[in-house]
Amino acid sequence: MIPGPFDYQVAGSVAEAIALLDRYGADAKVLAGGHSLIPLLRFRLASPAVLVDINRLRDLEYIQEADGVLHLGALTREVELETSDLIRRRYPILADTARVIADPVVRNWATVGGNLAHADPANDHPATMLALGAQLVATGPAGQRLMAIENFFTDSSFETTLQPNELLTEIRIPAPSERSGGAYLKLERKVGDYAIAGVAVYLTLDGNDHVTYAGIGLTNVGPTPIKARAAEQLLLGRPLEEAVIAQAARQAAAEAQPVSDLRGPADYKRAMVETLTIRALRLARSRATGGASR
Amino acid sequence: MTTSSAGPHVHGLGEPYKRKEDARFIRGKGNYVDDIQLPGMLYGDIVRSPYAHALIKSIDTSKALQVPGVVAVITGKDLEAAGLAWMPTLSGDSEAVLAVDRVLYQMQEVAFVVAESRYAAADGAAAVEVDYEPLPVVVDPHKALAPDAPLLRPDKKDRQPTNQIYHWETGDRAATDAAFAEAEQNGIVVRQDMYIPRIHPAPIETCGCVADYNTATGKLTVWMTSQAPHAHRTLFAIVSGLPEHRIRIISPDVGGGFGNKVPVYPGYVCAVVAALKTGRPVKWIEDRTENLTSTGFARDYHIHAEIAADKDGTVKALRVYTLADHGAFDAAAQPTKFPAGLFHICTGSYDFKHAHVAVDAVHTNKAPGGIAYRCSFRVTEASYLIERMMDTLAREVGKDPAEIRLQNFIKPEAFPYRSALGWTYDSGNYEGALRLAMEKIGYEELRREQAERRARGELMGIGISSFTEIVGAGPGKHFDIAGIQMFDSCEIRVHPTGKVLARIGVQTQGQGHETTFAQIIAAELGISPDDVDVEHGDTDTAPYGLGTYASRSTPVGGAATAVAARKIRDKARKIAAYLLEVGEEDLEWEPGRFYVRGSPSKGKTIQEIAFAAYTNCPPYLEPGLEAVNYYDPPNLTYPFGSYICVVDIDRGTGEVHIRRFLAVDDCGTVINPMIVEGQIHGGLTQGLAPALYEQLAYDENGNVLGSNFQDYLIPTAVETPRWETARTVTPSPHHPIGAKGVGESPTVGAPQAIANAVVDALAHVGVRHIDIPITPWKVWAILKEKGLATA
Amino acid sequence: MSIHHIHVTINGKHYEGDVEARTLLVHWLRDSLRLTGTHIGCDTSSCGACTILVDGKAVKSCTMLAVQADGRELLTVEGLEQNGKLHPLQEGFHVEHALQCGYCTPGMMMAALALLKRNPSPSEQEIREGISGNLCRCTGYVNIVKAIQYAAQKLREPQPEQVPAGSGGGGE
Ligand SMILES: Cc1cc2nc3c(=O)[nH]c(=O)nc-3n(C[C@H](O)[C@H](O)[C@H](O)COP(=O)(O)OP(=O)(O)OC[C@H]3O[C@@H](n4cnc5c(N)ncnc54)[C@H](O)[C@@H]3O)c2cc1C
Ligand code: FES
Ligand code: FES
Repeated sequence: MIPGPFDYQVAGSVAEAIALLDRYGADAKVLAGGHSLIPLLRFRLASPAVLVDINRLRDLEYIQEADGVLHLGALTREVELETSDLIRRRYPILADTARVIADPVVRNWATVGGNLAHADPANDHPATMLALGAQLVATGPAGQRLMAIENFFTDSSFETTLQPNELLTEIRIPAPSERSGGAYLKLERKVGDYAIAGVAVYLTLDGNDHVTYAGIGLTNVGPTPIKARAAEQLLLGRPLEEAVIAQAARQAAAEAQPVSDLRGPADYKRAMVETLTIRALRLARSRATGGASR
Repeated sequence: MTTSSAGPHVHGLGEPYKRKEDARFIRGKGNYVDDIQLPGMLYGDIVRSPYAHALIKSIDTSKALQVPGVVAVITGKDLEAAGLAWMPTLSGDSEAVLAVDRVLYQMQEVAFVVAESRYAAADGAAAVEVDYEPLPVVVDPHKALAPDAPLLRPDKKDRQPTNQIYHWETGDRAATDAAFAEAEQNGIVVRQDMYIPRIHPAPIETCGCVADYNTATGKLTVWMTSQAPHAHRTLFAIVSGLPEHRIRIISPDVGGGFGNKVPVYPGYVCAVVAALKTGRPVKWIEDRTENLTSTGFARDYHIHAEIAADKDGTVKALRVYTLADHGAFDAAAQPTKFPAGLFHICTGSYDFKHAHVAVDAVHTNKAPGGIAYRCSFRVTEASYLIERMMDTLAREVGKDPAEIRLQNFIKPEAFPYRSALGWTYDSGNYEGALRLAMEKIGYEELRREQAERRARGELMGIGISSFTEIVGAGPGKHFDIAGIQMFDSCEIRVHPTGKVLARIGVQTQGQGHETTFAQIIAAELGISPDDVDVEHGDTDTAPYGLGTYASRSTPVGGAATAVAARKIRDKARKIAAYLLEVGEEDLEWEPGRFYVRGSPSKGKTIQEIAFAAYTNCPPYLEPGLEAVNYYDPPNLTYPFGSYICVVDIDRGTGEVHIRRFLAVDDCGTVINPMIVEGQIHGGLTQGLAPALYEQLAYDENGNVLGSNFQDYLIPTAVETPRWETARTVTPSPHHPIGAKGVGESPTVGAPQAIANAVVDALAHVGVRHIDIPITPWKVWAILKEKGLATA
Repeated sequence: MSIHHIHVTINGKHYEGDVEARTLLVHWLRDSLRLTGTHIGCDTSSCGACTILVDGKAVKSCTMLAVQADGRELLTVEGLEQNGKLHPLQEGFHVEHALQCGYCTPGMMMAALALLKRNPSPSEQEIREGISGNLCRCTGYVNIVKAIQYAAQKLREPQPEQVPAGSGGGGE
């Protein structure tokens, strides 16, 4: 499996990358970790005229908490999320997610920005970011633009609202408030596989264990990453009891749009959304209330 | 060193001698076929059919020929003109090298592009334009025999217009039917349909070759991923018409075979044709997708099995009907006399009085194959069915699966045992192996734990497989590959300084022959394995042999090696008698040395004798110290074992978790326990794979699913449990050193241990069978149906 | 299609050459530089047979373009042995019989090297997860785990004579 021909340009700065993208327009593709793009090129399923390599942009690799916001550079490698102390301590849902993506060798290069920009419903970060209510920074010739994660994905697979001359540069995640917790659970055929189904949940509870924030994202059970809005609504203002959890999980399953394929029949996947939502809500509750961190 | 009176340390039989071949592999200095680069070498890439069944209306190669670097494009029509469009398969069918007017499966070879680089060849292949007219597709083998099924092989003019390849049966049908009639009245009958899916050996190295034709000498050299280089040379000679002595096949280091590298594939033939046509060396290396979708698959047996037994579970008769899906061409690797291979070993470890087996094989629009994937010709299918059936019988009569086995085993004193289907088992102690396994794993305790967990609503299962293998084909009068008898060979040369070069007719793809065969010779001659180099895989130097598959290396090649070494020793005795001026009968042998009976200090080491063979040879003997043996085994060998597997099931997801897996194997005499254990670990992992993960599935249009390593699920270190092993030793009475062959037992024995464990976990709610691979969704569907699903 | 002139340090040695933009790093290593110890086993970045280190981090070299390696330091299996002394991983693979056909072995050792750099005392489970991007069809992994444990143990012992670090070789 050998890629078709293309040109290659390496960007020395964000500005240069944007200038290159602006020059080549839709003929160009950003090359980040390359672990979605290069396999596509090998199967000749993508044939860009030019690749703009952003791997030298070390200033896009960072994990920082400032002003109540977690800032992730788009080029942050999965391995950094997996092993960062800050992430493990304050954002275990992100460590949950990173550690189930592909395998350790792939995670050395795969980037969180690429994972989102690829807009593959099978990718794991979209669900987590939907649950967390992340904001994305797109940088283009006209400067930066901030958008909510749910406005990033479109109704089509592998499509985002990024312009061809825009680079995804940063992901912003609200820092956890008191009594917040999340979890990402993924069911796979074998380790490192794309999900049969994956569920990310993020919760904030008040002093009476009533839900004041609920985010639920679903992986690989529809043509796009899915935000289970009705299930989120159902949780809001309610006490996080088993009956409520079960109800929300059923609702999340109803919001899934799985199809039957090599990862199992649609009804199984839907049922797994329910199982995983129950388990993720329980884990998130325990994390929010100071229980086990994983 | 040659005169040390204590003698050198001999790593003979039974010692975990470290592997000699490792030195190059751990340094990245192996020499696999894709590592070979010859001056002026071209690269081939294959254009393949996107359709499972279609007519080829036209092929336009003009654009491809304009791609920079493309040297030639070869089509089926070109081959037809040269009489090379078809080649014989190992089962006597003809297979298209490149399709001429129709394609019969998705990914079938349609054209071969030759170019200056891999990249140019790929570009060229992408530029070949083929116009197809799709035809109706036969995917389900059950429909292949319907009267209105499209006829897939109109080229087979010599036979009835049908998609049937063969009908074959064996055993005493009347007696078997009578036993069933009797059991219906007074005993019990259990029945089960089961499907053993199509899987692929998927060695991590794919298939490939480098073909080099010397226009000056007329000699063709082909480096290829071959498990059977000599047989391939003969086939190449037959196909190409080149004289056989002008063909040299070299099987360099091979990155795993497992049966995948036994057949001859179109890519090899195309590379040879391209080398002849261009006068330049041509390399062809499959990619993974091509490997999984077009080269030898295994299994694909639809089985209906029935056991007739007494009310207490004593087995009487076995009746089996199987529909075998061979795909578009019958390229199964089977001995000619046995179209379903050794499938009729399916009475297994149990004392059945009567049995009958019938098999129908059919063509479908799928890739050809039916190879023996780490399995001695369909033993895996046989063992799976009988071990699953014994569990079904146990449930029916309300006995523990261990108890039903102990009750029905062939008894140790019954060997040699003649089975109802005609095999003569050489030796065995099945009860011994099972009892050891039960003791080691703590069977009774596990059953108690299971009951407790069940009471708490947890699902735990324990599965047993007490398999019997049949390996080491020949004897040559019954077994052949494409007509060539299944003997094997060894040639030993002892150099004047006592160092040894041995060449063997079998071939290694990781089994460690360079070490174990050196150990056999070392043990026979009383020297160090370090002093023995073993070569294999080059048809210009190695003696003719049938190759390595079906666990035949040790049983056949190992025997040839031991016998050849004994011939060396016999001659050495004559020389020693001459040197010591005594009669041969006055000499005693101790490892490495002959000495005069009664005066142990008077003796000659094998090294001294070797030196004399070249410098001071008795006038009545030929000088030199060499021997050759072609060994035709008197019988097959019958390794066996008992495996016990413990699983836990997640009631929320249907996932099966293997908690423990213990394998007790008996492969007779063990040459190198370290290597044997390694073979068992690997084989168990290849048994785990089809039980829970792997399947080559097709959709209703004949599109192959799971065609790469993202969807063809080879277990990683995370899925694979920490295998536990133990052993009993029941030597083969007819093998020169008592060895039976072990490489495949675990692949044969493991799947049903796992399947039995999962079914066991669910038996209390009436589950009797789940087809492999046992995916989480299959289990979950059962949990849901039985009201056991819960988050 | 663009051609690029690249400079790469591999196993402490400097290499340069012209590559097409699309040339996969593994093909450049194997076909152009004749460093054939790095193998190819799949087309979906799944098998890890091609694993090498780039700037100290393991990568599947079939999923990186040769041009991306420009100016970087690579370590391949050929660079593990230093001054005629086997790396503890090589030793461990031999002693524990962690290879059969040997095809996965180079990639497996390179993935293990990266793992041990990050985590010098991995548990069995961590080892199994650490090599989960590398497929072996022959060994069943049990002995591979043992080999990595063997190497981890050896690498933790104080080194009697310090081998010069060279090109980031040898795994500290
Ligand atoms: C064997 C294997 C298994 C995998 N398993 C999983 C898995 O289980 N879960 C999972 O989530 N992923 C998985 N992946 C995918 C992996 O995580 C990818 O790396 C990821 O999807 C893309 O990130 P990347 O940095 O490699 O992006 P690239 O492959 O470089 O790019 C992907 C796409 O995003 C665009 N892009 C990248 N970065 C930017 C940017 N900053 N701005 C604008 N556009 C950009 C590219 O142009 C391209 O279209 C797997 C990959 C492999 C090879
Ligand atoms: S060849 Fe690179 S991962 Fe398989
Ligand atoms: S040793 Fe053969 S693939 Fe690992």
